Amino acid sequence: MKSIETKYLEARAELLAGLGKLNRRQFMKVAGAAAGAALAQGVLPPHSFTPVRVARAATGGSDFTFAYISDSHLYTKDKNDRFVRGLLRAVDDVNRLDPQPDFVLYGGDLAQLGRADELDLGAQILRNLKAPVKMMVGEHDWYFDLGEKWRALFGADNYSFEHKGVRFVTLNSVVEADFWTAKGLTPAERMGTVAGLDNGTQSSFTVGEANRAWLAKELEPVKSSVPLVVFSHSPLYKLYKKWNFWTDDAEQVQDILKRFDQVTVIHGHTHQLLTNRIGNISFHGMLSTAWPWPYAPQGLPELTIQMSRPDPFNPSDGCGDGTVTVGADGMCDKLYNLWNRNPVTVSRTYMKSNGKEDRAAAPKLASY
Amino acid sequence: MRKLVTRFAALAAAAGLAPVARAAGDMEVTLCDGRTKVEVSADAPKTTESGQKIADELMRQWREKNPKVDWEAEERTHHTIQPAADNKALVGGSQGATYGEITQRDVDLWRTESERFVVAGSKVFHSATELGSTIAVSCDMCHPDAANTHPETYPKYQVQLGRVVLLRDMINWCLEHPVRAKPLAADDPRMRALEAYIYAQRKGTPLDYGKR
Repeated sequence: MKSIETKYLEARAELLAGLGKLNRRQFMKVAGAAAGAALAQGVLPPHSFTPVRVARAATGGSDFTFAYISDSHLYTKDKNDRFVRGLLRAVDDVNRLDPQPDFVLYGGDLAQLGRADELDLGAQILRNLKAPVKMMVGEHDWYFDLGEKWRALFGADNYSFEHKGVRFVTLNSVVEADFWTAKGLTPAERMGTVAGLDNGTQSSFTVGEANRAWLAKELEPVKSSVPLVVFSHSPLYKLYKKWNFWTDDAEQVQDILKRFDQVTVIHGHTHQLLTNRIGNISFHGMLSTAWPWPYAPQGLPELTIQMSRPDPFNPSDGCGDGTVTVGADGMCDKLYNLWNRNPVTVSRTYMKSNGKEDRAAAPKLASY
Repeated sequence: MRKLVTRFAALAAAAGLAPVARAAGDMEVTLCDGRTKVEVSADAPKTTESGQKIADELMRQWREKNPKVDWEAEERTHHTIQPAADNKALVGGSQGATYGEITQRDVDLWRTESERFVVAGSKVFHSATELGSTIAVSCDMCHPDAANTHPETYPKYQVQLGRVVLLRDMINWCLEHPVRAKPLAADDPRMRALEAYIYAQRKGTPLDYGKR
């Protein structure tokens, strides 16, 4: 005499074992029932247990999502509370995502002037994120002590990892040729120079020979069919040299990435909505939590549909955070979660169709 | 009188001439600011080289006391500014009895002074301390090279301020809110310099007041 619980568990085990042996007609029935069961939650006789899992497997959904927070430019709280509040808001946004992203990319420029207390403050705030964090370095983090504090807090500036069949590589792409020794600049003066976007005495960003060699070696065993996502602070292409919206050795880096079927670069530094595609490489910029940059006076990638000109009377306009949804083929949907505005998605359909389909809304107020 | 004598002595020594005779001991050479001094031994060789050394030492001390004397050149290495209009076509012309013939020197003076004022503006624009920011924010953080300032669109009605504003009113709004500093009076040298820099960077853009 079997108990009702035993009968239920046996029926369930039988059903789950049987799912692997469905023919098409049976499969459609189960999928349909699963949809129905999802609607009629909680009203399920045990012998018609139909997991919703089946419906999901049917669509072949293997997308996954990671979130991003970038360019917070923290001063210590007593010096400037606004930028701290920006980062806190972004952390809050990401923690409230349901389901949680697989991980969170921090896009660089955590500190404003590279000071230890600024980096400590940033690290402390980011520890509140529920999902694991992947850190990427920006120039504002680096040029006070040339990465000493950063490495102590967050580890190597170049690293790679594999996640759900996608290869991720994080690059230090803000390497500048030494402009400070000849001038006898103090660390603070060096950092102050680099901190000025329009300061002409600094050098252009590069990935540099050493990091390029590391990248080539790291990617050597990776098959060209593997989707590749590169995290980089500088854009890895050449947009506007004066503001270092620029990577000087971009062509050489792109050469290393050329053989892959699908590469996506997610970059910081530009504090705006930016989209580009060069050959097999898609480039997406990240928003800042601190302040937006205007679009450069020259050179806008064709695929970029500008975000509307930020309204100075609207605090945090043009700032935000976001997510990236990665498909099995490596193509990404890039969501810009603009605070105080409707979010903007730059979809894989848009990128695949080279801007012909699924265009985002045109800006209300364009740059001029 | 002794100081005057030593100054002449320094000049004489620099020129390689024999100094005015002194009783004994070292000479004290003073710079024209009346404060910077250097001691020179009585039996130092009376050559151009030793005179140059005296002059160099005085200059070094003075530069130490005045470290920001090269502010203009330094600011120009950090930030480009648009050049002022070139008026060389006016050289040789005249503005009548009041001014007389215009020379190349006049043209250079006009340009140098105008650009210097703009460079001063660039300095304030890029400096949170000069602006008086209480949160270490400077204008160039949102407006690199004064981008997105649109000075050619003023005067315009600004809904949020409830009136027609000039560029300086918008600068003051920015000072109070994103920069969190005290607003500047219209004739404050910093305000005037800021306006100059912002207009200069937009050189060549047609005026279009009221544009949103």
